[in-house]
Amino acid sequence: MTDAHTTGPFIAAIDQGTTSSRCIVFDKDGRIVSVDQKEHEQIFPKPGWVEHDAAEIWTNVQEVVAGAIEKAGITSADVKAIGITNQRETTLLWDKNTGEPVHNAIVWQDTRTDALCKELGRNVGQDRFRRETGLPLASYFAGPKARWLLDNVEGLRERAERGDILFGTMDSWVIWNLTGGVDGGVHVTDVTNASRTMLMNLHTMEWDDKILQSMEVPAAILPEIRSSAEVYGLAKGGALDGIPVASALGDQQAALFGQTCYSKGEAKSTYGTGTFMLMNTGDEPVNSYNGLLTTVGYRIGDQKAVYALEGSIAVTGSLVQWMRDQMGLINSAAEIETLASSVEDNGGAYFVPAFSGLFAPYWRSDARGVIAGLTRYVTKAHIARAVLEATAWQTREITDAMTKDSGVELTALKVDGGMTSNNLLMQTLSDFLDAPVVRPMVAETTCLGAAYAAGLAVGFWPDTDALRANWRRAAEWTPRMDADKRDREYKSWLKAVERTMGWLDDEEN
Amino acid sequence: MAKNIQSLERAAAMLRLLAGGERRLGLSDIASSLDLAKGTAHGILRTLQAEGFVEQDAASGRYQLGAELLRLGNSYLDVHELRARALVWTDDLARSSGESVHLGVLHQHGVLIVHHVFRPDDSRQVLEVGAMQPLHSTALGKVLTAFDPVAHTEVMEVDRKAFTPRTVTDVQEFESLLDHTRARGWAADLEETWEGVAAVAAPIHDRRRMPVGAIAITGAVERVCNDGELRPDLVAAVRDCARAVSRDLGAGRF
Repeated sequence: MTDAHTTGPFIAAIDQGTTSSRCIVFDKDGRIVSVDQKEHEQIFPKPGWVEHDAAEIWTNVQEVVAGAIEKAGITSADVKAIGITNQRETTLLWDKNTGEPVHNAIVWQDTRTDALCKELGRNVGQDRFRRETGLPLASYFAGPKARWLLDNVEGLRERAERGDILFGTMDSWVIWNLTGGVDGGVHVTDVTNASRTMLMNLHTMEWDDKILQSMEVPAAILPEIRSSAEVYGLAKGGALDGIPVASALGDQQAALFGQTCYSKGEAKSTYGTGTFMLMNTGDEPVNSYNGLLTTVGYRIGDQKAVYALEGSIAVTGSLVQWMRDQMGLINSAAEIETLASSVEDNGGAYFVPAFSGLFAPYWRSDARGVIAGLTRYVTKAHIARAVLEATAWQTREITDAMTKDSGVELTALKVDGGMTSNNLLMQTLSDFLDAPVVRPMVAETTCLGAAYAAGLAVGFWPDTDALRANWRRAAEWTPRMDADKRDREYKSWLKAVERTMGWLDDEEN
Repeated sequence: MAKNIQSLERAAAMLRLLAGGERRLGLSDIASSLDLAKGTAHGILRTLQAEGFVEQDAASGRYQLGAELLRLGNSYLDVHELRARALVWTDDLARSSGESVHLGVLHQHGVLIVHHVFRPDDSRQVLEVGAMQPLHSTALGKVLTAFDPVAHTEVMEVDRKAFTPRTVTDVQEFESLLDHTRARGWAADLEETWEGVAAVAAPIHDRRRMPVGAIAITGAVERVCNDGELRPDLVAAVRDCARAVSRDLGAGRF
């Protein structure tokens, strides 16, 4: 992939993800020059627990950075800045004198803090800190994970109070190590990652003393909260010695940034095993009354922070995998489209994959999956169609919630992720949303977002308008379904959703 | 009765032996069950292994049936799988060439467009996935016809209509055009289907070198041609892209 379009200088983006760490080198047009990637071990000490070895992750990050630079055939002198994006909420505490983690990192999916979160809700419930943080008390977020570590690693609280311990999400860990670690590493996080700790006040963008007290997390261990695009420090040693480390964004926010959703009302949806949709709501945080999260979208240097509403769907791509692996109805994920395209419609069948309850906007943990509307007529092809429609309807429900909360109508949805190669799904999505669905030319929007933010910080790109100009439409799907049919189908979907609720009895929850 | 080929008979017997239930067998078991010398059995097994019909367990050294047998029974490549594999490469091709990119497969005497990447400017464009193109005049069609015997048979059966004065309809001339395409590995369409539009296409092969589709760059003659010939850099870019997708198809197991 070397041609006239890929001459220097470049930006290197590090994506420290849930299953792997990657480094991608981008050129000025935002095109990929080289990629290197390395997976790390998923550690499952108990059911529901998920951990990562942070030392392994740091080793991998160093390797993929060196690998990507080598594959690009360039030197550190050609790289203007390093950007970071990361799996969100995954929590680490480490000793600042030795640089050694005190425990494995607790991964965002880990549910060990369920009981703690219930306890922290006291008589108020899971919305106790929602006004300050935009988040419900749930096991994903970093604050309760830090508390768990402080309570359960012997002697840790004393060491933390003595000031020997540092807390961070994976952005902080990578930046601290990149900038020298025990030898002068900077201990920072960005506003997007901080907004996922449940410890930061969304309105002031500072750590919230009252919440820190309630959560019993000492302020001494916390990193400094910085913007998403500024020079935090220079890399010390390694393949990019001396290069500015100039951005940090949580992965979903990075995708929002990479998709150039810089105006209020612009939204992106990333279709992987699950789906994350974020909508830019401008410079005011919007409270959600419809089960969405309020979060920071990004903040460029000393400009105003931009907020976002976030809705996630637990089961989308994983439903297709389920059809392949558990049902054996298809041989590969792509074949779902072949099977679904062999019929004109769903034959009356609706599939609500509430495998672990219903998420946004319902939040019903007593729900379980349902296939409704079955008759003798229904074939596996109709079910395949219902599987794809489930992803589209769930997106519609999130979109509706966003419109209700923000008062902003979705004008177009920018999509990325593996499932965007499914043409039938993308058309269905456009039909159900009654809005255009647009796929950008660079599939790696997450890394691209981190690269963009870092490039802005060092003046590689002048402003967000220049980044918008880089954005290229690879495909666009426009609605073809008539309104009557859409309304009828949506009603049937909602009826099917109702039928999932209350499946589990209270004591089983 | 004609004499059968002994080594093929032995290979078939080995496959039957390994298919008898879920089992892995060691070399000596296989040799003794079939009454063969170990060396002979090993030679046949190694050949079967190279073809993917037999796999050897790394830990125990025992043999079992290989994934290629499953492929044989279910051999056609799903077009949506093809699209998923081609996505990254075709995006990059559109980006570097500045023109729209199409991925086509043979379907009902024509070319079915299974993937389309917009020209990377801000102009309004309509997604052409699902559209059909003629076999005899388009770059995609000519590549498929040149490399896929089934397409070749089909193109001879259809009415090869002249869309423009430049469309080649004469059989002799068309056949020599296909020979030329096979020899150089790509095909062009210089205003043979649409006035003012030119295209260049190259074939995608799977790991058995079967042609499974083709990739094309399509654009205005003024942009994609120089002195009435397709720009060599575009030809090279299309061929690189088709090769990259082919490599991906060959590398993947399932």
